[in-house]
Amino acid sequence: MSQDPKNKPVDSTTPSEPPPPSPPAKAAAPPAKKETEAPAFEKGLVSQIISRFGDDKIKVAYIRPLRMKVNVDPLDMVEVATFIRDNLGFDHAESVTGTDYPKDNQIEVIYQLGSYSKDDIAAHILSLTTRTSRDDARLPTLINVYKSAEYHERETFEMLGVYFEGHPRNERFLLPEDWADLPPLRKEFRIRGR
Amino acid sequence: MIKDLLNPTNFNLMVSKISDILVKALDEPLGYAINWGRIWSLWPVHLETACCSVEFGAASGPRYDVERFGIIEAFGSLRQCDLIVVQGTVNRKMAPRLRMVYDQMPEPKYVIAMGACAITGGLYVDSYNVLPGVDGIIPVDVYVPGCPPRPETLIQGTILLQEKIKRSKIK
Amino acid sequence: MEKNLEHQIDESEKLGMQIVKESEDDRLMTLSVGPQHPGSGHFRFTIKVDGDYVVHCDPDPGYVHRGEEKMCEYRNFIQNIPHLERPVIHDSANITYSYSLAVEELVGIQVPRRGQFIRAIASELDRQIYTLYWLAIYGIFLGHSTMFMWPTGDRELFIDLMDALSGARVTHAFNIPGGVRNDIPDGFKDKCLRHISYFEKRLKEYEDIFYTNPLFIQRTEGVGILTKEDAIGLGVTGSVLRASGVPYDIRKAEPYDVYNEIDFKVQYMKSGDSLARAYVPLLDMKESCHIMRQLLDKMPESGEVRAKLQPTPKGPPGEAYRRVESGRGALGYYIVSDGSPKPYRVKISVGSFRNMIALPHLLVGSKLADMPSVYWSLNYWPVEADR
Repeated sequence: MSQDPKNKPVDSTTPSEPPPPSPPAKAAAPPAKKETEAPAFEKGLVSQIISRFGDDKIKVAYIRPLRMKVNVDPLDMVEVATFIRDNLGFDHAESVTGTDYPKDNQIEVIYQLGSYSKDDIAAHILSLTTRTSRDDARLPTLINVYKSAEYHERETFEMLGVYFEGHPRNERFLLPEDWADLPPLRKEFRIRGR
Repeated sequence: MIKDLLNPTNFNLMVSKISDILVKALDEPLGYAINWGRIWSLWPVHLETACCSVEFGAASGPRYDVERFGIIEAFGSLRQCDLIVVQGTVNRKMAPRLRMVYDQMPEPKYVIAMGACAITGGLYVDSYNVLPGVDGIIPVDVYVPGCPPRPETLIQGTILLQEKIKRSKIK
Repeated sequence: MEKNLEHQIDESEKLGMQIVKESEDDRLMTLSVGPQHPGSGHFRFTIKVDGDYVVHCDPDPGYVHRGEEKMCEYRNFIQNIPHLERPVIHDSANITYSYSLAVEELVGIQVPRRGQFIRAIASELDRQIYTLYWLAIYGIFLGHSTMFMWPTGDRELFIDLMDALSGARVTHAFNIPGGVRNDIPDGFKDKCLRHISYFEKRLKEYEDIFYTNPLFIQRTEGVGILTKEDAIGLGVTGSVLRASGVPYDIRKAEPYDVYNEIDFKVQYMKSGDSLARAYVPLLDMKESCHIMRQLLDKMPESGEVRAKLQPTPKGPPGEAYRRVESGRGALGYYIVSDGSPKPYRVKISVGSFRNMIALPHLLVGSKLADMPSVYWSLNYWPVEADR
């Protein structure tokens, strides 16, 4: 029994495995491939986006069974998100979050998009990500495309300091009102004693 | 002699002697009665601080019935309550509200610090938003350890509080 | 009509007079349904009321924000389990289940089959424990105190089972990446089946006393209707979504562990009002009893329950996003690892935070008296939403 027996609409010859190093799915390991092939259905979805916008604007980070990640420029975010919502059928944003990469001097904001209305992509998550510089983190908001991202973007603002242009309230949400310190999820903010 | 008694200073002395005797005679039973009333009707404020509130809710259930000790929850106004059970972690946003609620309660009031987070910060002591213990902002009467404390432990904590109240003197 | 008014205003301006318009804000009263409130839990929201109707609602969470995500970066994968359980202490088998799945994908651990079954049994038990507590609080917020006592008493049966399984009532830290901590004790299966049969009879009694109560129906039917398009667009999850006509359950859509061998139906209703949102968890509980029977039946007789791990497991750099269906909805973990034993970033996507956006959407335009029945029917657990 494979570790995660997911509903895969397209059956590939080998059991599903994430990119190297792959965990041994069964006792008899599948024929080791030098490069893991991307699953066909997910590749089809991503290629629709690439064919619409071009290879230079959309950078694919990975394509795994049920999980896809693409990276776009901040300026193209709204267009790409609208295309994904209208043409591919990903109708809501499950969560919006950010990760601080001080080594690249960038913050990556990632939108996990899911679908409730279409059955064949019900289990898929398309991660739409963008990167912005740490010193002046500004991004366009996606709440006009995905209404569900409203509170998530507000939380990303207060936790990482990313300003969403067009969002009606870039304010405190979870932190106390008199918080005067760095945004907590930045790497230079160290918690007590460590 | 009556004229003697009705002399102001003598009258004052007599009244004070009688009041001394009365206080000595009634102090103990009256104090006992007042404390008895306080013990068996500790009403907690409906302020759930953090996750231990689930065990407090379970303690109000039929198996560990705290209502037999007089602890009836779900009251509207905190002006009628005399017990705060600080259930769990107190963070920086909640702390001023906790202090405000404590100040608004009428005397006599008692505080039970429930859970490891309320005593010293517990598991979250190194978090950026958590106070290391609640006794920095309000005076605590009974500490109930556990994470979360089982309802039986909470009941033992209330019995300890009851014994503490029994020993207190009414001024 | 409007032209007439404009004409009047023009006229009066010409004459140098001013029509003093009653300011909008004068009629409104701002109420703060705060953390100290018999009907709100550890959560605050401000509402502005115009007479009897709510015109504006603004949630203000954060009273239990303890910085879970930041704390995860300072502890290794196994040490993170105890504090990650605390957001929902009584549903802790689900919130650690999702974390374990994500870590297993990152590090590359294979969970033995018996361990997968035990994990699923613990998850179903905790789902019942959570839903019964939710039902108890819903009852008492609406004033039905019998509905507080009965579920609180009945959930003690399931807590006893969890206690026998793991040693603690709530926050048992039973799941770890790689399986569960220990095997089930003797006699557990019979005890479990006995409790489930008793509980199924009790569910019928709940329906009789609470769900068919005319007062309850009056207070919740037609109140706070969330249409299907709105539910999808707002991204709500869990029983709120299923009550609006979308049959989406992660155990069916993206089965994890052994759920693809279990036969069950996704329960959903179409009306989308508070009554439907109160009904769907009841139907879910019935289905959960059915699932537990099958799990106990199909569990292998013996075997390992836990994969052998290094003392500090670590995996190659990468990221993983796994989700699980918990009592409140889809609970997802996004973990980024940079090759060290501690995660680089952990993001917890909880059902309560996603459902919070439906609160202003539903309350605006409804009556103030409907506020408890709408608010608590959204299955919102404040401690989890704040993490």
